[in-house]
Amino acid sequence: MIILQSLQDLWYGFSVALTPHNLMWSFFGVLVGNLIGVLPGMGALSAIAMLLPLTYTMHPVPAILMLAGIFYGSQYGGAIGAILLNLPSHPPHAVTCLDGYPMTRAGKGGTALGITMIASFFAASFGIIVMIFASPLLVQIAFKFGPTEIFSIMLLGLLAGSTMARGSPLKGIAMTTFGLVLGVVGTDVNSGVARFTLGFPELTDRLELVALAMGLFGVADFLKSVNRMHFIGTETKVRLRDMRPTKAELKQSFMPMVRGTLVGTIFGAMPGTGPTITTFIAYALERKIAKNPERFGKGALEGVAAPEASSHSKTQVDFIPTMSLGIPGDAVMALLLGALLIQGIQPGPQLISQHADLFWGLIASFWVGNILLVILNVPMIGIWVKLLQVPYKYLFPSALFFIAVGVYSTNNSLFEVGEVLVFGVVGAVLMYFDFPVATILLGYVLGPLVEENFRRALLLSRGDLLVFFERPISATFMIACILLIGGQLFFALRAHLKHRRAGLLGPLPAVHETATDQ
Amino acid sequence: MKRFKDLHKDVWGGAMMSVLGIVVAVQGATYSIGTLSRMGPGYFPVALGVILFLSGVAIGIKGYLTTPESHEKPPPPEWKAWFLISLSVIAFVVLAEYLGLVPATFAVVFISALGDRDNTWKKALLLSLAIVVVAVVVFWWALQIQLPLFRWGR
Repeated sequence: MIILQSLQDLWYGFSVALTPHNLMWSFFGVLVGNLIGVLPGMGALSAIAMLLPLTYTMHPVPAILMLAGIFYGSQYGGAIGAILLNLPSHPPHAVTCLDGYPMTRAGKGGTALGITMIASFFAASFGIIVMIFASPLLVQIAFKFGPTEIFSIMLLGLLAGSTMARGSPLKGIAMTTFGLVLGVVGTDVNSGVARFTLGFPELTDRLELVALAMGLFGVADFLKSVNRMHFIGTETKVRLRDMRPTKAELKQSFMPMVRGTLVGTIFGAMPGTGPTITTFIAYALERKIAKNPERFGKGALEGVAAPEASSHSKTQVDFIPTMSLGIPGDAVMALLLGALLIQGIQPGPQLISQHADLFWGLIASFWVGNILLVILNVPMIGIWVKLLQVPYKYLFPSALFFIAVGVYSTNNSLFEVGEVLVFGVVGAVLMYFDFPVATILLGYVLGPLVEENFRRALLLSRGDLLVFFERPISATFMIACILLIGGQLFFALRAHLKHRRAGLLGPLPAVHETATDQ
Repeated sequence: MKRFKDLHKDVWGGAMMSVLGIVVAVQGATYSIGTLSRMGPGYFPVALGVILFLSGVAIGIKGYLTTPESHEKPPPPEWKAWFLISLSVIAFVVLAEYLGLVPATFAVVFISALGDRDNTWKKALLLSLAIVVVAVVVFWWALQIQLPLFRWGR
């Protein structure tokens, strides 16, 4: 019954997504996302943040279709840089470099790109199907959610987001908390008290999401990379017919593709797990089950197919908790959630029934957008390769202008351009101390919701903290939180003991971390 | 006691977080805290400040116990570039306020471009003129940004 209903809704979704107006914005988003994703040092986060101001005057449906298009468009773009130039313009693609670049050097770059495209499309399709059928089920549960449950699941999301990131879990927690503090800035909705405004009247209105994101992921990154990022331009030429893989290559990459997709699906369903960890695990899994693992790192096709598939299925599945519970899985989702809130749409169980056109239109547009991407990438690949060679010395000054003007146009406020600089410097300092800055955004977006639901839950329970363990759904999330912390402690302790004994080598080669790393 | 420069940089990172936590908690405490069943506007910030402080302490202690890997030398600081990038954004804010979009655009690109050692002032000039054209055509003419091209004073 529910399946039939979903298919019917999907049909409706296609009718929304295929209206010329929506299709146009979807196409625009995919194109721009792809373009920005290809540029060195720019990932989905900076792409979405830069174009977010453009959506303010738009209708919510095309706005969100465009932003989603930017998201998966930039993922495609990121893979191109990783494979052809060994440049992980976006951290999740760092593992793709390991085998993709050796393939390019062996003259098989075209094949690697072709397989990436096929794997991405396959994984995205699978993720979309999961989304179609899982969302209505999740919504049925979500309707039973009160403030108690919402707080517990958000706590779980925040904990997972901060501890499952790459790097130190403690630092992740510190950054999430810092993000929550930034979310507090402004007027308290319950009492009207202005908090942490430092005397600036502009701050009574909360910090600006775009300014925060552009500071942390744009300016901070420029401060970090200036004069340190140098590219070795390669004379890679990729022709159309190089991209078509042979039958044997297709067969070789099919199972890794399926496994990568499943890894991505599982991680997408878990709130808070970042995209980087997903691709690393998909890669590690392939290497573990391979018959001759020594091929990896020297141009193994599996090492390209599996991580790329996992990142794309994760992207799609990530939308489920974001849209149906209002809980973003990672920083990019947090930004998209912020975009929805700006449009006056409260994500949550009501979203699917109240904004059916938006939800099903979005799902249908995923497919449309992914097909557009494949069509777009085949003839445009030559241009992307050219773009990849834009020197950093021209790129970052131009990007600074786009950031400044983009942030200004958000609210016609120059004060917010100043905010960008402050967060740029703060982000650069934090990155110097190896803090994962992406989780700040997660905390910032969820902050007000966490506080509101925490206060309401305890108001209802008359100050009894045990209420979070008394209600069954909430208790499940709380137990998951405890297991998460317990597991982290266990692994940390075990690693510590192992370290003492002797072994030092980690399972994966070290990869340069950048700002948007999770 | 370890020597000053032998300390892992996490000690400083942790200390930074702890201080920040204290500041947040102290400032938060100036708003009314309330009780658990009726939380005031200060309750949540104070709680966050305490968590931040504790995590900072934990990071610091953990950093103190690990010996830093000394073999990897950090790249030299880029004071000039950092200064110019920061200055370029400030210049944008000030010039947009008093002189308009064109001078502000020129300044942000030109000043920040000089931060890269490979850019000569000639290259920076060309780049910023190109971006000024983009600013006028795309943002002022097509997107109708609410900033005059030129203005004098406020």
